[in-house]
Amino acid sequence: MRALDNLWKALDERFELAPLVEFATHKEVPRHRHSWAYYFGGLTLFFFLVQISTGILLLLYYRPTSEAAFESVQFIVTRVPFGWLVRSVHSWSANLMILSAFAHMFSVYFMGSYLKPREVTWWSGFALLGLAMGFGFSGYLLPWNELSFFATRIGTDMVSKVPFAGAWLLKFLRGGDEVTGATLTRFFGFHVAVLPMITTAVLGLHLALIQRQGMHVPEHLADEAKSRKPIPFVPNFMLRESVVWLGGLAALAALGAFFPWELGTKADPFAAAPAGIHPEWYFLFMFETLKLIPAHVLGIEGELLGLAVFGLGGLVWFLVPVLDRGSRTGHRTRLFLVFGWLVLAYIVSFTVASMAGVFQ
Amino acid sequence: MAADRQGPLISRRGALNWLLGTSIGATLAAALYPVFRFVIPPEVAEAPVNRVLAGKLSELPANSGKIFRFGSKPGVLVRTATGEVRAFSAVCTHLNCTVQYRPDFQHIWCACHNGHYDLQGKNIAGPPPRPLDAYKVDIAGDDVYVTKGA
Repeated sequence: MRALDNLWKALDERFELAPLVEFATHKEVPRHRHSWAYYFGGLTLFFFLVQISTGILLLLYYRPTSEAAFESVQFIVTRVPFGWLVRSVHSWSANLMILSAFAHMFSVYFMGSYLKPREVTWWSGFALLGLAMGFGFSGYLLPWNELSFFATRIGTDMVSKVPFAGAWLLKFLRGGDEVTGATLTRFFGFHVAVLPMITTAVLGLHLALIQRQGMHVPEHLADEAKSRKPIPFVPNFMLRESVVWLGGLAALAALGAFFPWELGTKADPFAAAPAGIHPEWYFLFMFETLKLIPAHVLGIEGELLGLAVFGLGGLVWFLVPVLDRGSRTGHRTRLFLVFGWLVLAYIVSFTVASMAGVFQ
Repeated sequence: MAADRQGPLISRRGALNWLLGTSIGATLAAALYPVFRFVIPPEVAEAPVNRVLAGKLSELPANSGKIFRFGSKPGVLVRTATGEVRAFSAVCTHLNCTVQYRPDFQHIWCACHNGHYDLQGKNIAGPPPRPLDAYKVDIAGDDVYVTKGA
């Protein structure tokens, strides 16, 4: 113990760490009937940490070329000790991370936490969800199987519809005119270098803002939060959060072991798209909507209209802290509450209906 | 007098700031331009493919289809129920998927977003906005040749 004390004294003397410890011991989390919503952000972070660790492990064997990618993943899941588990956990954790991020985003939305002064936290969170989807989209291609090949052809073709920069973006993403081994090498680079670098920076900002501004208490729960004693962050909230993280780990272990992620068949650029092809579940609502839009609507190509509406919808969602007129005074308007419920109802109903095979 | 109180048109500090600002901008542009060019791959000169051997007639029974390679893109060869052979680009005009012949529908279908094309390549249902490009088919003995620009 004395050695530890001496080490602490030496570090504190050099780096003035005492204020940080002081901050941590005084940090509190408000207690009210919706305090459970505060755990989703941390849970998302947990799955992200799992992604980093399992991703590093997969890097030891994965080979990012069209000739070797599928075989290297096959090698990982069939020959490498626990390779099936590492790969399965990486895939499941990616999906649970997105699910948890969506839960975090909607709980934050309905509690009105995007209102002034937390606009930048909302925007950085929006960017993080976009980055997570970028991770999902780029990682989906890496095993180089049939499903991922066509998902990438569709996804990158959508990008080509962007006004002015579309053709440039298509070439930038595909590394040529078609989805080939060049695309795979690029997506690997985005997945393991570019996206992690940007995500680390944005995540750092997101977490720093939360530390600086503290947890938001919804307006209608302010009285309840005042009357109840807040939870000290160290150690009470941390311990509670670790229980949630352990739950996340248990879910991952169970899903990874009992429902190992499929590898599918190797991509063949000169085969027809297989029947029943679909993207990852978090893109399903867009996928099904694009299927329903007719070829032409009022003289505009249906797909262009669909993509324009999704682009506009994303922009509105991003700009909610500015568009909600109540933001400046910290009172969320009813219009945006209803808007949030409509968006949630649309995403959930289309995703569930798609999974249930309603659109087939 | 008012004119005396006016300083020079550009102050010394302003001029220095302008020089510094533009040189930072120029340095950034000089560094970023090669990066911007680097990320787009060079055009690889490919011999233009106008005619390919798409398959054998004997391998294509009536009411069936097959995907063939036309340069860097897929094409679809269709033998109708009446025995006619037709060829189209297999790239769906909706979002770039590869279409296929469905014997049960007796027409061309795209699995990705449920697009349907008739045996002339015309988009008849679902989201595809345009017909498939049609190719010219020549049969020499058992060989089926497909030519672009039909």
